[in-house]
Amino acid sequence: MTALLITWLTRFITGANIRWLGCEPVPRQRIYFANHTSHFDGVVMWAALPPKARKDTRPVAAADYWMATPVRRYLARSVFHCVLIDRHNVSVRNNPLVPILEALDAHASLILFPEGGRKNGGDAGEFKSGLYHLCRKRPDIECVPVYIDNMNRILPRGEILPVPLLSCITFGAPIRLAENEPKRAFLERARNAVNELRHA
Amino acid sequence: MNNVVRLSATTLWLLGGVVALLVLASVVGAVMARRPMSDASRKTVENMNARIRAWWGMVAIFALALAMGKLGSILLFGFISFWAFREFVTLAPTHRGDHYTLFWSFFIIIPLQYYLIYIEWYGLFSIMIPVYAFLFVPIRSALSGDCEQFLERASEIQWGLMVCVFCVSHAPALLTLSIPGFEGEGANLLFFLMTVTQLSDVFQYVFGKLFGKRKIAPTVSPNKTWEGFVGGVLTATLLGTGLWWATPFNPWQTACIALTVTLFGFAGGLAMSAVKRDRGVKDFGHLIPGHGGVMDRIDSICFSAPIYFHLIRFFFT
Repeated sequence: MTALLITWLTRFITGANIRWLGCEPVPRQRIYFANHTSHFDGVVMWAALPPKARKDTRPVAAADYWMATPVRRYLARSVFHCVLIDRHNVSVRNNPLVPILEALDAHASLILFPEGGRKNGGDAGEFKSGLYHLCRKRPDIECVPVYIDNMNRILPRGEILPVPLLSCITFGAPIRLAENEPKRAFLERARNAVNELRHA
Repeated sequence: MNNVVRLSATTLWLLGGVVALLVLASVVGAVMARRPMSDASRKTVENMNARIRAWWGMVAIFALALAMGKLGSILLFGFISFWAFREFVTLAPTHRGDHYTLFWSFFIIIPLQYYLIYIEWYGLFSIMIPVYAFLFVPIRSALSGDCEQFLERASEIQWGLMVCVFCVSHAPALLTLSIPGFEGEGANLLFFLMTVTQLSDVFQYVFGKLFGKRKIAPTVSPNKTWEGFVGGVLTATLLGTGLWWATPFNPWQTACIALTVTLFGFAGGLAMSAVKRDRGVKDFGHLIPGHGGVMDRIDSICFSAPIYFHLIRFFFT
């Protein structure tokens, strides 16, 4: 019920124009990865998915932000079913990839923001290596690049009140890690796949 | 005036006429879709049929709003302003420093403008945006400290508020005019404006598609031709004149007003095409299938509504 309400509210506030250019909106296990400019990004993408796909799709989000208040905890756990990861105390014992891989093995799809934090808009910045490691360990899952346009104007970093402009979410053609593809090359290719959708 | 008024007999006749036109258009569209044709023509016919289907929806919503009286029309046009303004600002490159200016514009200025019409405070509703919002926009943006392209950003927001909110709000404001001997028929004034402006758009499109050759302003819009312009304006003026019995005007007054409304409607479409061309887009948005955004549908009303309102207010009240 809360989920349905949030979906429609999000769609109204962001007026999202959803374009599937490189793949179909089918409920298949995927890693959706996108540029990141706003706290709304995860919710907007989640709301943009068809209900069947949305049910099994979990945003990967920072534990320090989403565990900070009871409301956020409730939303992260009970509504969006976030995979919460610890950005700060990363070590071999506290590897953020472990909960993500567990989610993938439980057949969930993921929403991932490989930049690791929010940028001010425009092209996506450098990707962190998590996407590469996930693709190396689970090579069968398709990775779908997504460009989220205008969210940085709707709810910029550091603002609480949204301005209801229209956003546009573009889903591109899936990419996969090629055999023996170096980490840098793959991450650069993935980033370009996202940025090309900006003008598509 | 009562908030929940029933539609008068005249308004029902007008609505019936529009429904008859739509039935005719739907039949013609269905017949055309069955004929064999080239891919390009098929695309045109498909788009035309999508437009006709969307017209059914728009007419239904408009009729519902009219049936709810002044409040219904104010809510409908308030929503139209809200959506048109978001389409407009989405295309205008405002900065982070305009965030709160825009927040105020969406959630304070738009509702306030329509509230002022609801309480029929003409003195304030006619200057709130040109004076107070005009001054507020640069003040609020300057307070945020970002000077880059300041003049452009302030002008874009001011322009958006004028066109999408101030101008559009003159359409429901027609219901607040009191014309001697025309009490309770205010909905017909609004109906006349919408019908004549939209018929002019439709017939410009039809004549343009059938006979269009000489382009009026090729750098602004490739779809606007002299043949479409003359055919659309004359047809809409004639059809509008035929509605004189539903208005407080005599036939030749109706003809003059219909002509003025269509000319300004055309000018509105032309000016908004220039905005779209400058921003490198074909449509303002995607809300209405076949038509594009809300702004694409109401660009002509933006320019004709204030002129029409003041013509009536000056000469008939």
